[in-house]
Amino acid sequence: MTYAVRRTLPLRVEAVRQFRRRRTLVAFAILLALPWVLVGAFKIGGDPGPDGFPSLVDVATSSALNFALFALFVSTGFLLVVAVALFCGDTVASEANWSSLRYLLAAPVPRARLLRQKLIVALAYAVVAVLSLPAMALLAGTVAFGWGPVELPTGGTVPVGTALSRMAIIAGYSLIAQLVVAALAFLLSVTTDSPLGAVGGAVGLVIVSNILDAVTALGSWRDFLPTHWMYAWMDALQPQIQWTGMAKGAAISTAYAAILFALAFRRFQTRDIVS
Amino acid sequence: MNLGGALRARWNRTTRPVRWTAAGTALALAAGGTAWGVAAGDAPRVRTTEQRVTVPGGPGDDAHVTLDTTFYAPVGRSKGPAIMLGHGFGGDKSGVAGEARELARAGYAVLAWSARGFGRSTGHIALNSPDHEVQDARRLIDWLARRPEVRLDGPGDPRVGMAGESYGGAIALMTAAYDPRVDAIAPQITWHDLADALFPNATGGEPGVFKKLWAGLFFSSGANGTACGRFLPSVCEMYEEVAETGRPTREAVERLRRSSPSSVGDRIKIPTLLVQGQADSLFPLHHADANARAIARNGAPVSMVWFQGGHDGGDPETTRVRGLVHDFFDARLRGSGKAPDGFTVTRAGGIDSSTQEVVVEQATAPAYPGLTAGPRALPLTGREQSVHRPAGGAPASISALPGLGALGSLGDLGSAAGLPADMPGQSAVFDTRPLDAPLRLTGAATVRIAVSAPGPLFAKLYDVAPDGKASLARRIAAPLLVDEAGEVTVTLPAMDHRFDRGHRVRLAIATTDMGFATPAAPATVKVRAVSPLTVPSVPALTTTATPVPAWVWWLPGAALLLAAALLVRRRRPAAVTDGDVPLEITGLTKKYRNGHLAVADLSFRVEKGQVLGLLGPNGAGKTTTLRMLMGLIHPDAGEIRIFGQRVVPGAPVLARLGSFVEGPGFLPHLSGRDNLDLYWRATGRPRAEAHMEEALEIAALGTALDRAVRTYSQGMRQRLAIAQAMLGLPDLLVLDEPTNGLDPPQIREMRDVLVTYAAAGRTVIVSSHLLSEVEQTCTHAVVMAGGRRVAAGPVSEITGSGRRLEDAFLELIGEKS
Repeated sequence: MTYAVRRTLPLRVEAVRQFRRRRTLVAFAILLALPWVLVGAFKIGGDPGPDGFPSLVDVATSSALNFALFALFVSTGFLLVVAVALFCGDTVASEANWSSLRYLLAAPVPRARLLRQKLIVALAYAVVAVLSLPAMALLAGTVAFGWGPVELPTGGTVPVGTALSRMAIIAGYSLIAQLVVAALAFLLSVTTDSPLGAVGGAVGLVIVSNILDAVTALGSWRDFLPTHWMYAWMDALQPQIQWTGMAKGAAISTAYAAILFALAFRRFQTRDIVS
Repeated sequence: MNLGGALRARWNRTTRPVRWTAAGTALALAAGGTAWGVAAGDAPRVRTTEQRVTVPGGPGDDAHVTLDTTFYAPVGRSKGPAIMLGHGFGGDKSGVAGEARELARAGYAVLAWSARGFGRSTGHIALNSPDHEVQDARRLIDWLARRPEVRLDGPGDPRVGMAGESYGGAIALMTAAYDPRVDAIAPQITWHDLADALFPNATGGEPGVFKKLWAGLFFSSGANGTACGRFLPSVCEMYEEVAETGRPTREAVERLRRSSPSSVGDRIKIPTLLVQGQADSLFPLHHADANARAIARNGAPVSMVWFQGGHDGGDPETTRVRGLVHDFFDARLRGSGKAPDGFTVTRAGGIDSSTQEVVVEQATAPAYPGLTAGPRALPLTGREQSVHRPAGGAPASISALPGLGALGSLGDLGSAAGLPADMPGQSAVFDTRPLDAPLRLTGAATVRIAVSAPGPLFAKLYDVAPDGKASLARRIAAPLLVDEAGEVTVTLPAMDHRFDRGHRVRLAIATTDMGFATPAAPATVKVRAVSPLTVPSVPALTTTATPVPAWVWWLPGAALLLAAALLVRRRRPAAVTDGDVPLEITGLTKKYRNGHLAVADLSFRVEKGQVLGLLGPNGAGKTTTLRMLMGLIHPDAGEIRIFGQRVVPGAPVLARLGSFVEGPGFLPHLSGRDNLDLYWRATGRPRAEAHMEEALEIAALGTALDRAVRTYSQGMRQRLAIAQAMLGLPDLLVLDEPTNGLDPPQIREMRDVLVTYAAAGRTVIVSSHLLSEVEQTCTHAVVMAGGRRVAAGPVSEITGSGRRLEDAFLELIGEKS
């Protein structure tokens, strides 16, 4: 009898358990196909012309990096939120739904360990999902529009070397900004036995937060909405990076995430598993 | 959201009324009346007093002039220094009320007055002449010296500073030159030489090109819609003459000089803070530079600030500028705080996407180095070019215009925002090579050019992006008037502008400019650059990062602390007493949140080798008991011990328990084999301990083992789940309704498996409501009803002699229920 807590539910096992799910494969397929769909759209519709105020779409086709930024811009608000909510919201709730959760717990995988391993794997999938979109967009953009310096919507360009490091900053910030979505979905995941409820609940709360964010009358209270800073990575697209927005966004996101994750662990520790 | 919103926000700001013409409507306050101004909250109170001060009219004028003043005195303070605040041209004392109150709250006695010819003051505008406005200011200092709130340096000599914008800044400089009692001045966006401001010449010669648009705005804002308005008639005549001809008379230049600090530069010997706007084509930065050099030559400390605003518009940075002025007076009048930095430049750093506003950063250097520091020569390419001046001077190129100031700072962000600047054929351009590193031009660039004909020309710098887009740096032009064909050295507009790597600096020499008077006769001029472009820079300027709000740091920290607090749990020490008894339940009680008492005070014990049947009708609490046994549900009271160890969620002893409770639980997308394999790997135990082959034999799934579980029938899942429970051959096997969905041969087989399993010294617990099942398989039984144990013991004892278990069971639960 050689049971050891630290060997239970290895990350590889959990990754394999999740990977072959149709849901995982479909999510990745959509994220990887989107850049090609966008390329097709630009090829059919022609180059976007400036329409009054400058925005990322005006310069989307000027280089691969521009195209990747545009792809990120159009998917940050909803597609990436859904992807992150899917991986983090589904992970525990689906086990409860399949009844496999009780057998894992009785194996026994201690509850905190189970959550930890599942969270790590879910976050890893979410990270890969968030990164796969701009990565594929870079590839699709290189094929379709060629490699070149980034053209900024406000005018001016950023050379490729700088642009790649900016891209890394943008990707890193996007991940941190999505952390609050991940934490919210994870908390719902340990609370409900319905995976759709957890994913939908997280996405719904993000939508509510976006709606509140549109109420300008709330003034500086909006700064503390979890989604207020979701687009702060655009501050890295200026000749000189503006860190303030990203610093605030990262602070808000990590603060919410820390509390939501802690609530998830606390809730799961004391909960009766009746699924 | 898009960056367009940010640009739109900037555009809106540019429509702000120009400072000069922002003549505030005068507040109707009774002269001599006293009002108590009580600020909200805890801010110190300020007492304001309005009074008219009568002063002599001036040389050759017997009439007296009455000045309308407001005195802002801090309440409840001992004697403090005084500050006199002057207003801009076209305004009056009410325009500085906000700043006056702020200073008074900080303990300064503040005197604001409407200059003669403005607001409710009488008299005529004499353009800050030493015989008129300067004498007025000296009388006001006399008046301040008699106030009990004001600290005195000597009899009749108050400790006094002067500040003001534009017209109000010039009076500070002029009074400091004529009255030694002034102790410190902070003039803002004001002139050094009014003749140069209205007739500038970038070659240094004179006279220059008439700045007709600004000159017109300047005088009309003092004229109040009439021909001469409240101007002194001689001033008005002078203006009308020069505006008509576009050339200054000698008398006009002399008169303007007398009203300028340039005439008295050697007499200003007190600490000075000069604040000048980067968006200012009326009094460009070189006016402040000339003032700074003149005052520094006398040995007085001078601090220079270049901010984003100015007469053309742009970000007024009110908070920052007031803060700098405030700190300056604290240091120079009170001797508190540190001495101000020698040189401060504010720079547009980018757009904050959340507020859609331009982020302005502040760069400072310990000393002000002038406009030609750190020069670097950049070779210019471009042959001699012929440029054309159209007849009538129209269309004219556009550089700085009143109200367009904000565009200049956007240019610093790499934006090609803009209006067309130069008309085709009207400008000669000379480019540098693409820059191999970013260039921060701080100061005034110079170049030597050769021109083939006399006349006015306009020199400016463009920032040319690699894609060829050119934007006018800071949207400002330096006019030059060439007397005769030949070479001249041109000083380009002073500015602080960043040229990015790969960009070119373009020198443009244009023949027209909308803001200036140009000859009506057409002309063609050949222009050639004969020297490299000399660009100054001040690397000593270091930017202090815009601080982020404090909550950015403490919020995540506080959240982590809260998270840690949420995770702290009291751990009950688990008694680790190994024992031989496979299962011992004592006093087990569970009440669900809805009030349903599922298990009440349940106790029983299972010995090694037993096959125990847990019997009871639906709802008797069997499943709840088994879930508590697996550590899934927390009991309210009592305890469960497996081999002597108490069961808590995730207790290691659960590894000796194999369970199948309330149906199978598999990942539907995986095959049966993968499910078992991954489950075993999840236990973390070595593969050899699994006895996988034996388990698969019990499952008896054949080729279906490699199909996805979602395709299985109920019976197949059931068998797979029992096989999973038996993985690792656990010492205690718990099966809940194991024969559900099995066909009779399989039921029989299962019965044999369980009996054999227990025979090897292991223990089996079977929960069932099928009595025959229990009767045929089990050695012992526990009968439950309504959450309670109603009977326990060997099956034979429960049934009694000759009775069937069914009868005994019905009797038992009938008694209890």
